[in-house]
Amino acid sequence: MPFLNVRFLETTSYMDVVTLSRVQFALTIMFHYLFPPLAIGMGAFLVFLEAGYLKTGDAQFEVAAKFWTRIFALNFALGVASGIVMEFQFGTNWAAYSRYVGDVFGSALAAEGIFAFFLESGFLALLVFGWDRVSARMHFFATLMVSLGSIFSAIWIVVAISWQQTPAGFVIRDFVTPAGIVKRAELTDFWKVVFNPSAMDRLVHVVLGAFILGSFFVLSISAYYLLKDRYVDVARRSFTTALAVAAAASILMLISGDAQGRIVARYQPAKLAAMEGIFQSTGTGAPIHIFGIPDAKSRVVRYNLEIPGLLSFLAYRDSSKPVPGLDGFEPDTPPVALPFFSFHIMVGLGIYFLALAVYGLWCRARGTLFKKRWLLWTFVFSVVGPFLANELGWVAAEVGRQPWIVYNQLRTGDAVSRGLGSSQVLGSIIMFAVIYALLLAVWIYLLNDKIQGGPELVSMPGEASLRDALNVASRYPGRTGSLTETKE
Amino acid sequence: MDLNTTWFVLLGVLLAGYAILDGFDLGVGILYLAARNERERRLMLNSIGPIWDGNEVWLVTFGGAMFAAFPNAYATVFSGFYVAFMILLFALIFRAVSIEFRSKRDSLWWKRFWDCSFFGASLLATFLFGVAAGNALLGMPINAGGVFIGSFIDLVRPYPALIGLLTVFFAVMHGAIYLYLKTEGELQQVVHRWMWRGFGLTLVAYMLATIYTLAVMPQAVRNFNEHSWSWIVVTLTVLSFANIPRAIFLGRPFYAFLSSSLTITALVFLFSFTLYPNLVSSSISPEYSLTIFNAASSEKTLRIMAIIALIGMPFVLAYTAAIYWAFRGKVKISEHSY
Repeated sequence: MPFLNVRFLETTSYMDVVTLSRVQFALTIMFHYLFPPLAIGMGAFLVFLEAGYLKTGDAQFEVAAKFWTRIFALNFALGVASGIVMEFQFGTNWAAYSRYVGDVFGSALAAEGIFAFFLESGFLALLVFGWDRVSARMHFFATLMVSLGSIFSAIWIVVAISWQQTPAGFVIRDFVTPAGIVKRAELTDFWKVVFNPSAMDRLVHVVLGAFILGSFFVLSISAYYLLKDRYVDVARRSFTTALAVAAAASILMLISGDAQGRIVARYQPAKLAAMEGIFQSTGTGAPIHIFGIPDAKSRVVRYNLEIPGLLSFLAYRDSSKPVPGLDGFEPDTPPVALPFFSFHIMVGLGIYFLALAVYGLWCRARGTLFKKRWLLWTFVFSVVGPFLANELGWVAAEVGRQPWIVYNQLRTGDAVSRGLGSSQVLGSIIMFAVIYALLLAVWIYLLNDKIQGGPELVSMPGEASLRDALNVASRYPGRTGSLTETKE
Repeated sequence: MDLNTTWFVLLGVLLAGYAILDGFDLGVGILYLAARNERERRLMLNSIGPIWDGNEVWLVTFGGAMFAAFPNAYATVFSGFYVAFMILLFALIFRAVSIEFRSKRDSLWWKRFWDCSFFGASLLATFLFGVAAGNALLGMPINAGGVFIGSFIDLVRPYPALIGLLTVFFAVMHGAIYLYLKTEGELQQVVHRWMWRGFGLTLVAYMLATIYTLAVMPQAVRNFNEHSWSWIVVTLTVLSFANIPRAIFLGRPFYAFLSSSLTITALVFLFSFTLYPNLVSSSISPEYSLTIFNAASSEKTLRIMAIIALIGMPFVLAYTAAIYWAFRGKVKISEHSY
């Protein structure tokens, strides 16, 4: 990097590598995390559609399944491309962490590869390319395997990440290396690691978040078609199914969110204090700040609107029980602003999804949904919400865990690779930023392209317009382009 | 066989699996620009279209398994080769998205861009894998704490570069044999020529690499001398490699593909056996080398991981074989193709 004063960067404090590595991890994981929840959410949706086709024989299910599969494949490819970056990054930037926890954490990652990645990537072949090569039943099986694979993947990675938050099933032992004796975490009980205190609740929360994203994604595109009066049959079917899933997932999310909150209260009280802006230990029950702006310097939440006692009630089921404040955890306290805002916005969004989905269902039941154009447009744009909520939830969880990389065991500042120069990390950050900006742009462009192109036409007269037919015919260069030629 | 050695072998299996499977994906990518028109390009792309992703998982699992079984080696290698790994990631990302994006627009410049990207990324990744293997054999400046104290330039030496070339040529040959199985007509003729060229280039590189290895690292044969049964594998390597042109000449391309795959497996064995019991040799002092004993996870973890592998991998092999079977035969362009 000729325009940077390399020597300056390398003699500045060691902290730079830590900060830069954290920035890089945040950037790469937030890009990556656009895709796996979509795979989980849409994967389940594909299973529904194909099951419907097998059960009823209605060709519209198959048309819908093929259409959504094409979008699924595009998202999946980007998930894979950005996913391998994550696995490598534990080694490249967090070598000290890898040495310290590899005994425990590495196992979960390896299990993810063996049980999940092979399954979803393998059967993806049949899902996307095998429509004409295997029977409908076999294809359904393949779709089911891809969906299961994505969920298995979530299981193992959430187990690993949860172990960082609420470590269990390990001891710290001396380990002999050429440099002398070092300490590291060693696994003592595999099942305690897998079922560590926050793992299962977090898993439910993550999967529900994925279902909400998947259904809102489908809702958005379906609503768009309904508004433009195209592919109405496919769109109606997709919309109704997705709406039911969105509503159910949002309701369950209330329970899941509450469970998560109580786990954080019990096992990571410093994080709770940061997320809720509790600077001082309260003598009595602590309030929920509906909104506010935490001021870390003066240690208060400004412009706040609070409900007294509600936090203690939610956390402990006792509205007068005191909540430990950040002052009790000095000097190992997380920053307040990021966890506070991301947590509050995420919860706000969750309530919005619930309200929108339930209202939509109600209108659907009364038969007025598809006439309310303002509501359909709301669904079109609301897809941004779940993307944001999923990301913000992780921001709250990960930033709230600081300064620990393994809660109460290893500090983030001690976990970074030694011998790494700031200029190297800055270089890779720039590389990822440029590549991912490009990929993001291409992804959105191609998504829009596929959406405009629409589902493949089944020979249903009156359903499609001539413009749609021309659109489809021009999509496939391998075809003759003749509109009168029947499908083989 | 002790648990650590067992895991060393299992890692070798994962590495061989990756080399055989993604070897031909990458080979097809390197050969890609030999296609003369749009139809040929699509045929080549779709020969690996459905299965390249599953093949790449072998690399991901190899990395995960290395992290789980030998975390200190994983940490040293990945952080030490930081710049190299970032370039590798760059290549792998672009290989992945090029395949997916290429067919999505009809414009010429769009297709050209992703075509070149697919070729370049495949070439770069393959070369880097070879360079990594060469560096592993040669040894690197690792200090007592397992920290690599060299720089990126240290990694680009003649020997690793030669191994990089060998890997590229082998991928070209292996990919061409695979393509020969999947194509017909004129494209198959083009591929046929590349099978022979690939073999010729690989033969030359292989001979040079062997001579160079023995000249530069006479200690490389130490394990072979201590365990004389290993010379059978060396012989097997040469025989299976020699069988490739023989099989092509006899008009039995699948036999050639099997021989090519067996040669890859044997080469991975030779590579591993040369390293054993080191994972990362330190050129500063042999005491600083990371071995399968001083870089390993606890025995409990190795045991649990072995159970996980024992449960999971047979399923993987079974359904992978079934999926390949579903895509047997020549490539056909359909509405679902890239």
